[in-house]
Amino acid sequence: MSKYHPTAKQKIRVLVAKPGLDGHDRGAKVVARALRDAGMEVIYTGLRQTPEMIAEAALQEDVDVIGLSVLSGAHTVLLPRIVELLRQNDMSDVLVIAGGIIPDEDVPLLKEAGVHGTFGPGTLTEDIVKFIQEHVRE
Amino acid sequence: MFDQSKLDETRQARDKWQETTLRQTTDHRPERADKFITISGEPVNRLYTPADLSDYDYMRDLGFPGEYPYARGIHATGYRGKLWTMRMFAGFGTAEETNQRFKYLLEQGQTGLSIAFDLPTLYGYDPDAPEALGEFGKCGVAVSSMADMEILLEGIPLDHITTSMTINSPAAVIWAMYIATAERRGIPKDKLGGTTQNDILKEYIAQKEYIFPPKPSMRLVVDTFEYGSQYLPKWNTISISGYHIREAGSTAAQELAFTLADGFEYIRWGIERGLDVDDFAPRLSFFFNAHNDFFEEIAKYRAARRIWAREMKETFGAKNPRSWMLRFHTQTAGVSLTAQQPENNTARVAIQALAAVLGGTQSLHTNSMDEALALPSEMAARVALRTQQIIAHESNVANTVDPLAGSYFVEAMTNHLEAQANEYFERIEKLGGVIPAIEAGFFQREIADAAYRYQHEIDTHQRTIVGVNDYVSNEPLSVPILEMDPQGYERQIVRLERVRNERDNSATQAALKRLQDAARDNANLMPPILEAVHSYATLGEVMGVFRRVFGEYREPVIV
Repeated sequence: MSKYHPTAKQKIRVLVAKPGLDGHDRGAKVVARALRDAGMEVIYTGLRQTPEMIAEAALQEDVDVIGLSVLSGAHTVLLPRIVELLRQNDMSDVLVIAGGIIPDEDVPLLKEAGVHGTFGPGTLTEDIVKFIQEHVRE
Repeated sequence: MFDQSKLDETRQARDKWQETTLRQTTDHRPERADKFITISGEPVNRLYTPADLSDYDYMRDLGFPGEYPYARGIHATGYRGKLWTMRMFAGFGTAEETNQRFKYLLEQGQTGLSIAFDLPTLYGYDPDAPEALGEFGKCGVAVSSMADMEILLEGIPLDHITTSMTINSPAAVIWAMYIATAERRGIPKDKLGGTTQNDILKEYIAQKEYIFPPKPSMRLVVDTFEYGSQYLPKWNTISISGYHIREAGSTAAQELAFTLADGFEYIRWGIERGLDVDDFAPRLSFFFNAHNDFFEEIAKYRAARRIWAREMKETFGAKNPRSWMLRFHTQTAGVSLTAQQPENNTARVAIQALAAVLGGTQSLHTNSMDEALALPSEMAARVALRTQQIIAHESNVANTVDPLAGSYFVEAMTNHLEAQANEYFERIEKLGGVIPAIEAGFFQREIADAAYRYQHEIDTHQRTIVGVNDYVSNEPLSVPILEMDPQGYERQIVRLERVRNERDNSATQAALKRLQDAARDNANLMPPILEAVHSYATLGEVMGVFRRVFGEYREPVIV
């Protein structure tokens, strides 16, 4: 069992991050608040995070979930890189989800790379909450 | 506007109507909801009558089109003389690909250019910088040096067409590349018309493409005001933008208030520099969003014109009527587009575009139906442009000036938005002005609160979004997605290397050194920037000089 395992009584810890140069932070902030309202512990990185900064923050904050928001189209490069760095940090059991402008045809590539769920425009926040609760490491 | 005895008569009649006809109706069939609100959460009454405009004064509050306070528009003939400029925001991949798209849009009847730059360009990085990883050409065209600008504008008649450039922190540098490209083609600066967005304040507030701290950023902006007023009299040196504030989640009133507050801040800085307000204010332009709430949006544009005119005349003492006129571009609301059933977006865009036209916009970009999925395909961009052409030529709404003036509802809403904006101006002033309010995270928090409220209303089905939380369909997606040149990045790097190797490098380095000295001094930076770009300094090199001299800004993290 991983040291990142949350017990039933512990709050789920989530890192919400904005990789790359994209400054669209509306979605990241709305999701961060919704997860907090759903009882999770949320850390928001702020803007302009490199994959290295995000992986480091995930390690330092000992999170169970990473939510990545990209609306610039750079997701196919940045997200696999982040998952790879998590692997190198021995954090493969962290649930990685992504939101933003992500065309359907890119979803298989991201899944393959280790992104567990993608949530595009129009997603209801309760669906993200449910996904996390169902898929966070047991 | 209304005679007092007639008003009393109307009020009595309204009360009687409420007790009789209305009551019979609601007893029989209750209304759909207990309360009706705008998209911004403002209550909307069942009915508006002259009683809602009891203090109204036609000459004071509306006046005539082309005259103070411009509530009815800045042109005496509205769109009867000239339609709005149809200006589609475009840019992706390499300069070659975007040049092709520009030519296509012009062939299809577009009347102005609007350049979208990629993120490395917007942040002043060359595409091979580590910070640019994965971002080349994704949400706009890459312009790394004047060599790219020359290709981007190849075959475009720069002395006849106006060009808008959505660029902020590096605005002065990209503008210099545009000017230099025109000069090399023998077109003098004073013939160039167009707009640089150059609105750094809303970057700190909403779009977040800032680089330097506020003060040196504002210095660069005022340098462009000063330079433009001397050498490019037809250029709009700034487009003070509410668009991004709204996209980030603000209400209509916040968009209106924060944008105008930014506008007044630029005016103060220009005056502080020693410029005569009437020398630079006529070249300040604005940029607003067109969201789904039709009447609220129309009221917002009308209120914006009236507030600007009054403040410019009364507070800032501008004497030239051109300083009083608020001229604006509109873009339909990207955030309103859905990835689900994307064809439905054409209807949303049409409604939003119609609001912009009825609100008196000077130019308009209509979003493409596929923009919640990717950058617009050629087909989607064409349909979006056609939507404007249908409004212009088939609906006949452009045949009379300001057709909604005098609507009890629209006028009451215009007044209400103006009052809300005035309240925000007071709050901002209490915080010490726009820049201290940015540093305290005031705007950012107001916007985040509004965005969260809106999402909560959708999540809890208080708002219906067709195809998203109601009328859902599981049919597969049927719009094609734009495909870009897969070798674009490699070709860009090859060109950049060639520029670095083939230029007279000692001239470039000398120009960059002079630029650095000017940045440390108080001189206007436009002449040394122009010298640097003429010598093919790259965008990353020029912005690198400023990064070293000015430092970089970090925002307070607010959720």
